[in-house]
Amino acid sequence: MQKEIRICGFGGQGIVLAGVVLGEAAIRAGYWAVQTQSYGPEARGGAARSEIIISSEPVDYPRVQAADVLVALSQPGFDKFGRGLAEGGIVIVEQDLVEAGGARAVPFARTAEKLGRKIVGNIVMLGYVGALLDLFPPEVLTEAVLRNVPAGTEDLNRRAVLAGRELFAAGARS
Amino acid sequence: MTAGFDYEKISGILGPREQFTQGDVACAYGALLGGCTFFAGYPITPATEIAEALSRLLPRVGGICTQMEDEIASISAVIGASWTGRRAMTATSGPGFSLMQENIGYACMSETPCVIIDVQRSGPSTGQPTEPAQGDMLQARWGTHGDHEIIALAPASVQECVDLTRKAFNLAEEYRTPVLVMTDGEVGHMREKIVLPAADEVEIRRRSGPSTPPGAFVPFQATRGKIPEMAGFGTGFHTYVTGLTHDERGLPATSSANAHTRLVRRLCEKIADATPALTDVEQDLQEGAEAGLISYGISARSAAGAVKRLRRDGLKISHLRLVTVFPFPEAVVQAFAAPLARIIVPELNLGQICHVVREAVDGAARIERVAKIGGEIITPLEIVRAVREGGEPVRAAS
Amino acid sequence: MFNQARHIRDKYIRDEMWPSIFCTGCGIGNVLNYTLRAVDGVGLDIDRCVFCSGIGCSSRLPGYIEADGLHTTHGRAIAFATGVKLAEPDLHVVVFTGDGDMAGIGGNHFIHAARRNVDLTVICVNNYNYGMTGGQVSPTTPERGLTTTSPYGNVEQPFDLCRLAIGAGAPFVARWTVGYPYETIEAIAAALRKPGFAFVELLMPCPTGYGKENRLGDSEAVWRWYKEHTISRRDLLQLSPEDRAASRKIVVGTLWDVDRPEYTRRWAELVQGL
Repeated sequence: MQKEIRICGFGGQGIVLAGVVLGEAAIRAGYWAVQTQSYGPEARGGAARSEIIISSEPVDYPRVQAADVLVALSQPGFDKFGRGLAEGGIVIVEQDLVEAGGARAVPFARTAEKLGRKIVGNIVMLGYVGALLDLFPPEVLTEAVLRNVPAGTEDLNRRAVLAGRELFAAGARS
Repeated sequence: MTAGFDYEKISGILGPREQFTQGDVACAYGALLGGCTFFAGYPITPATEIAEALSRLLPRVGGICTQMEDEIASISAVIGASWTGRRAMTATSGPGFSLMQENIGYACMSETPCVIIDVQRSGPSTGQPTEPAQGDMLQARWGTHGDHEIIALAPASVQECVDLTRKAFNLAEEYRTPVLVMTDGEVGHMREKIVLPAADEVEIRRRSGPSTPPGAFVPFQATRGKIPEMAGFGTGFHTYVTGLTHDERGLPATSSANAHTRLVRRLCEKIADATPALTDVEQDLQEGAEAGLISYGISARSAAGAVKRLRRDGLKISHLRLVTVFPFPEAVVQAFAAPLARIIVPELNLGQICHVVREAVDGAARIERVAKIGGEIITPLEIVRAVREGGEPVRAAS
Repeated sequence: MFNQARHIRDKYIRDEMWPSIFCTGCGIGNVLNYTLRAVDGVGLDIDRCVFCSGIGCSSRLPGYIEADGLHTTHGRAIAFATGVKLAEPDLHVVVFTGDGDMAGIGGNHFIHAARRNVDLTVICVNNYNYGMTGGQVSPTTPERGLTTTSPYGNVEQPFDLCRLAIGAGAPFVARWTVGYPYETIEAIAAALRKPGFAFVELLMPCPTGYGKENRLGDSEAVWRWYKEHTISRRDLLQLSPEDRAASRKIVVGTLWDVDRPEYTRRWAELVQGL
């Protein structure tokens, strides 16, 4: 089993963190994983990309060749990095920011805002992707998230992961 | 002199045995597990994370970590520290590596154990600071002036960042030489699972101290093969260390062609003769293959991906990965080339190790390259295409 | 007196390296003499001393001393010495360097070690040129001075090395010429004792290089020139304000002596209990 996931967006959306968390969760669950990233020189804005490969065997080439899951959280991110989908690959975009025909548009930002802080949009997205991949129990992902967020924000982040999972479940039902 | 190596203390500070971390951080872990207690460095993308990690970790194990005013000062301080008995290292990238060359030569000439990590980035000059490359490989071999040999290791994974950095310290101590760990911006910044070694997997091989007392001890006389014992500063041996041509007593002997020849040949043979012991490669041979890949570092990951695809499509291919790039494993490369008609060398440069391969293979097989620059690592597809349709030719010195 | 000279020679000189390479009339031999007397006078354990140097005539000094020596690359002695000291703070680390080695190529390492206040004793022999390579212009060559690379005269303003050291943060700065033996020995002894970056600049003739180019005459004339063109700080302060302002003589003496926390001690305190 090998899953290739690419997350793109703009710098500051926390997509590198999202990739790291996903990778950490994967290795805790006993898989092999590689995470890479690239961004422009700007600290904020620009187009950033975070890639994770999760496999049941050691991974050779560490970059995504054909994405099984492509997540775009910004239009420029999608325009720049939204290529190379695998057959049967799934495209997920931020509903409020990205126009992409045929993609699943999900309200990550709005959901985060409803939870109280827009900044956890990436964690909501992680909850969604975790449910979509269905490679490990939800607690494994949540624990990985909690190990990587500031002290005092555990409750918010836990709810963000849950909200993401619920978004996926709702989408799967409709 | 430092206290003994305390595995329990170090592994306690490094955290869980299994971690998901970056290559740069893994190098820092490897350094501690290799007995490093001195780091002097200067910030440079993409190696800065090594200095940052060590600035947090080293003081907690009684080590010294300092940021010097430039890369030349960094390698200078490392060499000075090594002479007090500490295992010392620095980390840099291309531009800093260029600056350090004079003193790397000094470390060769004075037989000072030390470790230098070069997290290679796209050059020449300032180039693309955040993009990976493999453009410093021949500089690793010949960057400093004069006749010398060097030991250079090429990690291809985050795990190897741990293990080869550890190994580098033992090699530096054993051969009394600088050892280079040539990573790159991709391996340095990507995250993978690492498993830290258990106590019984960690071996700290110390430099040999003098077996004769002060007065009788001859500091640059080889006693074990071509390697002299080493007396550290402050131990009463009054060792004179110089970059000038010196005799076995360590005293300048610049007007003696004989002394110079004796010294420099010994320094070179010290490492060249040990090529079989230092050779570390990974071979994946396929019976009947006419083409083979020779790779190292991050490009070996791309090559492995290509091998998988080619074989799945029914094409036979062999693969040789160099873990120790220098001293160059000529005998292994020649044996690898013997049954082959073509060898393709993928590198993130316009051709460096392919020349060394070509010289070693000496016409027994045609050498081609996959030369990629600009920051993106080589894709398996690009190597597959080269195998099927032919790679770029290799001409002398370009 | 002779017994002390013999004692110094027997205890501290590396016999196999004698005779030295220094020219007739050069003052580097004096620097060696004064330094060893200071080391002996302070009572340092020679087994725990490390003498570092760069490249140049004065950088050859460690080779003549029966002790651990680190003869490094051009300009880098202070950086190497910093590594030695940080790695083993109990060692007494002395640096011999020259005006070109330290203030030219080595300028950066000099100001940073002073800024950090690393416990080193830096003895900079200033002969106004790059002597070993034949007498080229250096960062301390006087204005209008003639050298092999300033044949029409030096158009650059030279460094005042002591001012530079003080400005960079050195807590102890002294300048003498090798024509003041006892004062120099005392200054070096004080520098050895000083915890922190202790800088001693020693002006010294180079009869083969700068002296010859600028027709300063024979060795005796050169030494006299130094005597006539320097004034001790104490004597300067005795002059009237007008005479003091008008004086063009080079000031020698202990020019700066303050207390500042030393690097290795600050580091040790910082990491205690980590």
